[in-house]
Amino acid sequence: MTSTTPGGSATREAAEALTGVETTARSVEEAAAEPLTGITGAQSLVRSLEAVGVEVVFGIPGGAILPAYDPLFDSRVRHVLVRHEQGAGHAAQGYAQATGRVGVCMATSGPGATNLVTPLADAYMDSVPIVAITGQVPSAAIGTDAFQEADIRGITMPITKHNFLVTNAAEIPQRIAEAFHLAATGRPGPVLVDISKDALQATTDFSWPPRLDLPGYKPTTRPHGKQVREAAALIAAARRPVLYVGGGVIKAQASAELAELVELTGAPVVTTLMARGAFPDSHPQNLGMPGMHGNVTAVTALQKADLLVALGARFDDRVTGQLSSFAPGAKVVHADIDPAEIGKNRKADVPIVGDARETIAELVTALRAERDAGRAPDLSAWWAQLDQWRQKYPLGYDWPEDGALSPQYVIERLGAIAGPDAIYASGVGQHQMWAAQFIKYEKPGTWLNSGGLGTMGYAVPAAMGAKYGCPDTTVWAIDGDGCFQMTNQELATCAIEGIPVKVALINNGNLGMVRQWQTLFYEGRYSNTKLHPVDAEGRPTPVRIPDFVALAEALGCVGLRCESKDDVDAVIEKAMAIDDAPVVIDFIVGADAQVWPMVAAGASNDDILAARDVRPVFGDGQV
Amino acid sequence: MSRHTLSVLVENKSGVLARVSALFSRRGFNIESLAVGPTENPDLSRMTIVADAESQPLEQITKQLNKLVEVIKIVELEAEAAVQRELLLVKVRAPMADRTQVLQTAELFRARVVDVNTDTVTLEATGTPDKLQALLAVLAPLGIKEMAQSGTVALGRGPRSMSGAGTLRPVERTA
Repeated sequence: MTSTTPGGSATREAAEALTGVETTARSVEEAAAEPLTGITGAQSLVRSLEAVGVEVVFGIPGGAILPAYDPLFDSRVRHVLVRHEQGAGHAAQGYAQATGRVGVCMATSGPGATNLVTPLADAYMDSVPIVAITGQVPSAAIGTDAFQEADIRGITMPITKHNFLVTNAAEIPQRIAEAFHLAATGRPGPVLVDISKDALQATTDFSWPPRLDLPGYKPTTRPHGKQVREAAALIAAARRPVLYVGGGVIKAQASAELAELVELTGAPVVTTLMARGAFPDSHPQNLGMPGMHGNVTAVTALQKADLLVALGARFDDRVTGQLSSFAPGAKVVHADIDPAEIGKNRKADVPIVGDARETIAELVTALRAERDAGRAPDLSAWWAQLDQWRQKYPLGYDWPEDGALSPQYVIERLGAIAGPDAIYASGVGQHQMWAAQFIKYEKPGTWLNSGGLGTMGYAVPAAMGAKYGCPDTTVWAIDGDGCFQMTNQELATCAIEGIPVKVALINNGNLGMVRQWQTLFYEGRYSNTKLHPVDAEGRPTPVRIPDFVALAEALGCVGLRCESKDDVDAVIEKAMAIDDAPVVIDFIVGADAQVWPMVAAGASNDDILAARDVRPVFGDGQV
Repeated sequence: MSRHTLSVLVENKSGVLARVSALFSRRGFNIESLAVGPTENPDLSRMTIVADAESQPLEQITKQLNKLVEVIKIVELEAEAAVQRELLLVKVRAPMADRTQVLQTAELFRARVVDVNTDTVTLEATGTPDKLQALLAVLAPLGIKEMAQSGTVALGRGPRSMSGAGTLRPVERTA
């Protein structure tokens, strides 16, 4: 091969071994000067990744993908060597969600590829644009149960937006270009490109840009003018409207347009779990999060509304509760880029298919016309009602009766000290809900979590990806001790690769959310939810397994511990001051804190409990 | 039950059938029959899918199908505006005593005899699912040894076409 740079990998390894310093990656000029003919499929792959503008790949090499790692060694595309492929996938997600760019992960065939299944499913549910590149066994061996063979294209068909199996080296640039196009456009999502080892090794030519051949892919981004005008007319006529804002608004980078719409309509806004940060929490029209653990006002506003304007939201069961009793008196304007979401769960009176940013911008124009024609509703009665609920049922929490540290307090203080410029990535469970409730989000892309799939273990690798993409931003992972034990090995990656994330470990020694359900629905029978060692009576022993401070230090991080309210601010500030290493704070919190409000699974949103056994009185008929 | 016949043009690539059938299975849609074959355009295949759905889920079925990158176009073929056919091969017990009755039945249903031996006769019949059901009902008392039946294939009536610049209206891509 003529295309490797002078000083091949052996020399480079020797130099690194001597100096401990990574040698300079190939410059753009060097890359451009490379020959375009007679290169390997692997070189073509790396050239394609460069051409499409990839900054970083998170991955792990192995047999089938090994040819790709050789040219990658010389590329300006950086590779972060993770400790588990699931970490690579979530890191690509965190990178994508924080930067708005497509995240990339790479793995070998068989187990490498199957370890990507969880993050791919996660990205599919939350519409996160990532591209996964996997090695496959040589094409002649496909179907023979060869070593490390798995039909990853078949396995990931239902959890990717699209996927490809490439066995011909000549196809590589085109498939990579198509994969990035599919991942980033329309409703974003994960795309997998599986490339057989012989295709990576074959000799081929490279040219860019390739022709995209996707005759069946034509996402509608421009909303239909008539539908937009109908929606504007409904908004202008509504007395109890609610803007129901979902993650699509963040994906479409439509926060500025949304702010205009909110001001123009004067209507209340609810931001779903996936949309926290799409609209500032500090704005008086933001009612906060709806749903199973949403606040009473946001949930009840949807229930009592006469018009829901759903923007990039999908009427998920965690928002609607029992569908048949959800927002019974409301007409629905449903705007989404995915036509299949419209009418899937709730019938739309005015469906609008289009990109959220274009749709909201056109809605603003149409609403101005309504306003100019003298049609602007008086929402003062609605706001009087909403304000009454807000005053009566604010979000809050009780300090644990046993005097243990309150997890809500820790998270609240973290949000206050790290502030709205920081990025917060959470795992799944109680700490996730508290982080969604008690941190004030002001900007899109500052709240990353696993919403649809509910993947424990998302936080640490997602924070790593976000920090890589936004190195000048403070990135906090807020994790539970259950979640943390699923993916904390990526802290070694962070320590070695110089990605100083911070972890607030909300350590209650239990699978907290499951324990809460056992308290509420299973008579306090705590079957298999205790993570800490217990004595014969089931009480926690003083032994810590694991000792998270020691674990953090073993992984190359700074480990801190906090067990009392008085130390919370100081320990967070100490962690904020450390910028040359990852930090883990082990917050030892009470095990009996619960997430409230709550709508029980399958129950009607009308039956929301503000706190345990506290059923709000809404004063029906006042509006 | 509500039967709908969807004619689906897809890219002629490996894995498309798996994608379509997996979509039906994971979304809980019922397929009554599915037939795949080439079209006048070598780049395209046609899937004729008979689905069992109420009108609301049918909209979901077509919308989800349309999201598959390799699906080019979907048309619902209404029964009165389309020709729909299935192929049936049926091996009937036909000893000499019953043979005349079998052959008369075949003639009535315009079925062709494609194989004969001392014990059985194999018939080939095409027609609508209803016609083939009727034929089977008549043959059943005589003793059906074995049968194979294709899924429905269908084309819209009239001069329009789906893959050309014709005017067969696709099932709404937008809501």
